[in-house]
Amino acid sequence: MGVNTKLVNDVTAFIWYEADLLDHKEYQEWLTLWNDAGLYIVPTDNKETDYEATLNLALDDKDMRRMRVTRLESGESISADSAGVTVRMMSRVRVLEASEEQVVVRCAMTLNELRHGKLVTYPADIEYILTPKDESYRIQRKVVKLLHAEGHLRTVSFIF
Amino acid sequence: MSELISLENISLKAADMVEEGRVHKDLYSDPAIYEEELDKVFNNTWVYVGHESEVPDAGSFKTSYIGRHPVILSRDRKKNTHVLLNRCRHRGATVCEHRKGKTKAFTCPYHGWGYGLDGSLRGVPKLEEYEGVLEKDELPLESLRHESYQGLVFATFKDDIEPLEEFLGKAKKWIDLFVKQGGGYPLKVLGEHRFNFPGNWKIQLENTTDAYHFPIVHKSFVSSLDDATADIFDFLDGEGFVEDLGNGHSVMVMIPELIDLEADLDQPIPERFEALAQALRDEGQTEEQIKRLVRASHGTGFNLNLFPNVSCSMAFFRVLRPVSVGETEIQHVALGGEGAPAVFNQKRMRLHEHFQGPMGFGTPDDGEAWERVQKGSMSGKDGWILVNRGMKKTFTTADGNIAGAVCSETGMRGAYQQYKKMMAAVEEK
Repeated sequence: MGVNTKLVNDVTAFIWYEADLLDHKEYQEWLTLWNDAGLYIVPTDNKETDYEATLNLALDDKDMRRMRVTRLESGESISADSAGVTVRMMSRVRVLEASEEQVVVRCAMTLNELRHGKLVTYPADIEYILTPKDESYRIQRKVVKLLHAEGHLRTVSFIF
Repeated sequence: MSELISLENISLKAADMVEEGRVHKDLYSDPAIYEEELDKVFNNTWVYVGHESEVPDAGSFKTSYIGRHPVILSRDRKKNTHVLLNRCRHRGATVCEHRKGKTKAFTCPYHGWGYGLDGSLRGVPKLEEYEGVLEKDELPLESLRHESYQGLVFATFKDDIEPLEEFLGKAKKWIDLFVKQGGGYPLKVLGEHRFNFPGNWKIQLENTTDAYHFPIVHKSFVSSLDDATADIFDFLDGEGFVEDLGNGHSVMVMIPELIDLEADLDQPIPERFEALAQALRDEGQTEEQIKRLVRASHGTGFNLNLFPNVSCSMAFFRVLRPVSVGETEIQHVALGGEGAPAVFNQKRMRLHEHFQGPMGFGTPDDGEAWERVQKGSMSGKDGWILVNRGMKKTFTTADGNIAGAVCSETGMRGAYQQYKKMMAAVEEK
């Protein structure tokens, strides 16, 4: 098994940067990480692959991502207003495919949210399709496979 | 026999906490009342367990709950449906832990007892050791009385209560209207969102016919809509109304022009729906069918609350399950048309994702409000919760029902009067 450590490091640095933006609610900057045709997806069924033909928890194109950010920042949402902080750990990064056009990456996330004084934890597998851009990457697809996607989740007023 | 029972020994505490225009906070937070509700409400009426489209084929099943009882809705090889208690007759373990699926049998994982899709006991390992002490015919999974209306399946532990259609009564007219959003196709479950909130089930029950909260709690959702759609959701000053349909059921009409989705189909398609219309045109749909589908795509203009656990809410089913006095699970069930164009069903799913479920633009704000009501139910000397909005401004509808303005609390009062009646009932055994 040959591992391209330079590539893994580059990709990991990008994923950490994205995670840091989201934990610190720097959503406008987060929006710039995306390709216009990119999709942010949180499935209800982790075995599903045809996301557009099935019901998801979220399937955001460019407009929906912008609207989601607007909602979180506008001060109009009572749940976003009282949302606590999140701290996410990104780990176990593995490059599944790499070409000049795109890199397919899978990693583990544990997101911790403090909400109304209670700690809520969301473990997940995340799959990225990244496209190279100016020494870094843009997100073409991000699929957040929550460990308990099929169970009863708490409501979410942040971005995974 | 009731004259032999000393009424003094019977707790009517919960029923006393429901007055015409207010209810007491202990109804949300007293564990003893909660246990009593499971017995007196959930074990004593018709409870929604699923939609027929969720068990389409021979061998299909889905699991659900009636109060504290896990149940299975199944379809046998002859395509008959069954509602079975999810409990092995040997040691009582659940025989199925999947949400849904297809199977030939339900097998208890503990000692291998196997049951057919109709609940009949088929296989018992080492049957010879039961010689003289066990008759397989006598030990099927317990089967519950169940009936359906427009594909909605309800079950009950009571063999002697009224037929389902009688219980639904005046709500049937609204269920008939609700299913028209299949756009000419049979209504079909497309998927569901599941979430929970730390609060009592009645807080959610109240919410379905509560228009008063909408522009406040859902301001961020309305802001995300185009201007024309946002105007439609500005319904508090409109011609809408809330009607008490009896037996705890109620309807809240927010958008009167969308009561009957098959009316006024001659109207031109509004510009904001043109992308959907064009996508349907590209699929070869006729203009007449496109108008019908576009009109049906956003759901009805009303929320119908069916006591005690399901509502037909604009474009989806909202199903509640009490978990404990301070915890409730909710399913938001997305609906489309069986055999309808893929573009139509996908549009319905995208709309569902926009507002509903744990990551929607609406639900997290509802959940926040409900959680705060539960917190508040632990405090205060007074402790009464008001449901008296519009109480002195009611009118009688053409159907002979009591109704109030769209933001009145007429629906909640109807639900609480049914609750009071059930909680005050004296068991004759």
